[in-house]
Amino acid sequence: MNNMFPSRPTILGRRSFLTGAMSGLAMMVAMPQSALAFSSAQAEALITNTVKDINAIINSGKSESGMYRDFERVLVNYADTPNIARSVLGPPARSASSAQLNAFTKAFQSYIARKYGSRFREFIGGKIEVKKTQKINSIYDVSCTAILRGESPFAISFIVADKTGKFIDLTIEGISLLKSERAEIGAMLDKAGGNIDKLTASLK
Amino acid sequence: MKQLALIFATALTLSACSSHAPSVGINDPHEAQNRATHASNVQLDRGVIKPIAVAYGTVLPDPVRKGLSNVSDTLGLPGTVVNNLLQFKLGDALQNTARFALNATLGVAGLLDPASEVGLVERDTDFGETLHVWGFGEGEYIVLPVYGPSTNRDMIGLIVDIALDPLGAVVDPAIASASTPLKVADIVDKRYRYSDLYDSVIYGSADGYAQMRLSYLDKRRFELGTAVSQDDSDPANSPSYDLYEDFYE
Repeated sequence: MNNMFPSRPTILGRRSFLTGAMSGLAMMVAMPQSALAFSSAQAEALITNTVKDINAIINSGKSESGMYRDFERVLVNYADTPNIARSVLGPPARSASSAQLNAFTKAFQSYIARKYGSRFREFIGGKIEVKKTQKINSIYDVSCTAILRGESPFAISFIVADKTGKFIDLTIEGISLLKSERAEIGAMLDKAGGNIDKLTASLK
Repeated sequence: MKQLALIFATALTLSACSSHAPSVGINDPHEAQNRATHASNVQLDRGVIKPIAVAYGTVLPDPVRKGLSNVSDTLGLPGTVVNNLLQFKLGDALQNTARFALNATLGVAGLLDPASEVGLVERDTDFGETLHVWGFGEGEYIVLPVYGPSTNRDMIGLIVDIALDPLGAVVDPAIASASTPLKVADIVDKRYRYSDLYDSVIYGSADGYAQMRLSYLDKRRFELGTAVSQDDSDPANSPSYDLYEDFYE
């Protein structure tokens, strides 16, 4: 995706500029959503920043708990954690109170930071590179390559939602974090007898 | 040749049973049986495989284990090339052949991996993928004893790959006979190398069976390029990314 800053035509007739501006305005009126929507370039920029932060963390030389805290900050900054949390909770989220949901979201965030942060520990000395961005319906798939020492490179994708401009999933070689956690949190909720407060406590 | 024809006939008949529908969601009609097999595989891992892996990983230094795994990879290449050809992927076949030639000679019988240094990385494939290229569907999810997660199609692929390994025709029979123990050493090395990952899925999950099934199917579909498109709406099984519609409707 190199069309982040398309070169502007230097000579642009006044009329064609106006026509362009008018039709742009017309489109905005007709389709406010698509005109205001997030763009591929923005999605890619978001993930470029995310990846920059992750690369800095995995090579920071910090202690494990320090790294987990930093990962959690990355999640809060760049991911739509409240909605990811609701989604992994599934239908029970609908009947939960907002206090319950907030508590669950917080616990879920730190659980994810710990769980996947420990996985990223294997990335020390390596790096992630952003490759390309593809718009698929209401999401952008920003594909990246993880280059680790002594391993063959593998594919990582961040899924950025058009609606919120934050990422809502991370896939590693096709394995979706969102799907895995839906299954995992679902199983944990069963174990907690369907009690969200118990589930939240068990995530801490 | 008779044996070969028989294997192919079996493979094709069995594969024909599996559905040609696109790979969506989870097709696990024998879940109870699969869960039982999974449980005994986990027992086997706890009692035998993991302790062996830890011992192997502790006794042999990393470069030695890596070297043996490289030999195992190199010995697997002739079989991979056959599958590349069966899928009409000539470029991949050439790349893997060049890789084999380089690693088997300059790489000291495969101990080293000079091919990767010059960009000749392995274009991995198997007969399960060949069946996919030929149009066979994934079929049902099955857990094989000892081996672990698979599908109807990939199980047939595994059997054919073992039965049709052309290695004996390419290298000295003495070397070819070392292939199986090296394969085992490679698996044990992987179990040791990625022990955190395996342990977290097998022992650290609230439902290790479900996690393994999901991971296997997702990864396999990703490899074969049959991953579900995003608009496929089966929220339970596919990342349909209807997060917002779901909540704000």
